[in-house]
Amino acid sequence: MVGHPVIIFPEYWHGIHLPDIVPYIALIGILAFVLGIVPGLIYIERVVIAFMQDRSGPNRVGPRGLLQTLADGVKLFFKEEILPRSVDRRIYYIAPVIAMIPALAGGAVLPLQFITFRAPDGHLFQTPLTVGDVNIGLLYILALSSLQVYGVVLAGWSSNNKYSLLGGLRGSAQLISYELSMGLALLCVIVLAGSLKLSDIVVAQNQLPFGIPGQPEFLRGSIFSWFWLQSFFVPFLLYSIAMVAETNRAPFDLPEAESELIAGFHTEYSSMKFAMFFMGEYASMLTVSGLNAAMFWGGPLAPFNCVPFTWVPGWIWFVSKVMFGIFIYVWLRATFPRLRYDALMALGWKRMLPLGLVWLFVMGGYNLARTPNNPPALPPTSAAPTRVESARR
Amino acid sequence: MTGSFVLFWILAVISVAASIMMVVTKNAVRSALFLVVTFLCVAVYYITLAAQFIAAVQIIVYAGAIMVLFLFVIMLLNLGAPEALRERGTLQTYVAVLLGAVFFIALVVSSTLIKLPTAPAPPAAYQPLGTVQGIGLNLFSPGQPWLFPFEITSILLLVAIVGAIIMAKRRV
Repeated sequence: MVGHPVIIFPEYWHGIHLPDIVPYIALIGILAFVLGIVPGLIYIERVVIAFMQDRSGPNRVGPRGLLQTLADGVKLFFKEEILPRSVDRRIYYIAPVIAMIPALAGGAVLPLQFITFRAPDGHLFQTPLTVGDVNIGLLYILALSSLQVYGVVLAGWSSNNKYSLLGGLRGSAQLISYELSMGLALLCVIVLAGSLKLSDIVVAQNQLPFGIPGQPEFLRGSIFSWFWLQSFFVPFLLYSIAMVAETNRAPFDLPEAESELIAGFHTEYSSMKFAMFFMGEYASMLTVSGLNAAMFWGGPLAPFNCVPFTWVPGWIWFVSKVMFGIFIYVWLRATFPRLRYDALMALGWKRMLPLGLVWLFVMGGYNLARTPNNPPALPPTSAAPTRVESARR
Repeated sequence: MTGSFVLFWILAVISVAASIMMVVTKNAVRSALFLVVTFLCVAVYYITLAAQFIAAVQIIVYAGAIMVLFLFVIMLLNLGAPEALRERGTLQTYVAVLLGAVFFIALVVSSTLIKLPTAPAPPAAYQPLGTVQGIGLNLFSPGQPWLFPFEITSILLLVAIVGAIIMAKRRV
């Protein structure tokens, strides 16, 4: 049992099988959250960067500048649609959509919370609050993030502008390079968790730190047993760098470097088409941070398995971990200057990739060494249905 | 059954149309994009056949990596301009059409005349083959003969990587 079944729902309610409607709740929740939080994210980013750079930030529109992004959105809506003359029109129009849709769809497999149901025969079981708890969950997210390149590449090519084309080419090379390090970092976690299903990976983090028995129970599934520490921090570091590069954010925003390429791949985009690129960027930041939260920070698990923490429902922990990922983004953007392009490639291929390979080797050895002493992180899937240790706290 | 039937025909129309468009289109970038659409359709086919792992790998490897490299090269060489690729009326076209027709006829004949063996009923302890676990157990377990061919294939890939590096680099 993961987390704490504060509320137990019956499996059948007036003849409705409640676990069947969980995916729809998750679908509506994720879409509403991602689309609704983007203005908030822009505001948070501006305020945090202003704080880090010791200036005021937005403070004119609304109380404490809260309505600034709303005003910006209205401005974007009413801007003139400009279509340059010699663009490849169909690809030009579809590129922002391709940039945005995979980012939204990627959130479908993130486990936001575990919901506890009581079956008619009395035993409890848990369903993760996801749109689809598929057994290739991680590969699904990686596949969608690899499809996201097309938005950048096609926007750069179809604009028929040399700066856009350069931005698109840079984007494709950068994304392919950093996908490898990202995959290796995630592979280290998979070696420890023994599954690609994200809910299983969260369950695998719900154990005593390093699987050593005899520790107090409030450490079970605590912050010390999450995979950022279990995999000895390096995969988390690699993933954090790769996730910034994957979403084209500073200091890896070479595809849209304004000092050399005007605005890179979206130079020729105006009004709502530009806004869609913007939304897509923030949505993919949320998805990638959500993967970060589920893989390295225990997803919906509370930081300590004791009372004040377990009163908070899991999805709030999940959202706060996603926000932690967003904070890393903003922090990096405010701290580091943009990399030179050859330095970017050298970092990806000559530093991160070998480190990831070596660490995967180390993790494999570590997993092999601990397996006889401790049970593997996950029980085999054909095991008997999980017993409930503590039905209600 | 009907749902998968409808899905099959929708995908069939899209994938066949996209493949034909890929061949017919003059613009190299659009042609590559139609190929991506075909790959995505094939991935959805894999999902309908309960082979989720292959579907995800299809998208990651073909649509996500190989086609992005294709697009990269097309854009870098600026092959997007249609007049750069003008080659028509060659013998190649007729030979391709002829061979395609022969292949199609062979497929139809073989599917109608030859009785293919039907799959035996799945055993009681049915291990789904398409999942990650199913593929891992079938590919790597000592009882199965696939581990050695798999390793041979990985060595082939390693050789290809080394060859690519040697060809790309002037002085090793």
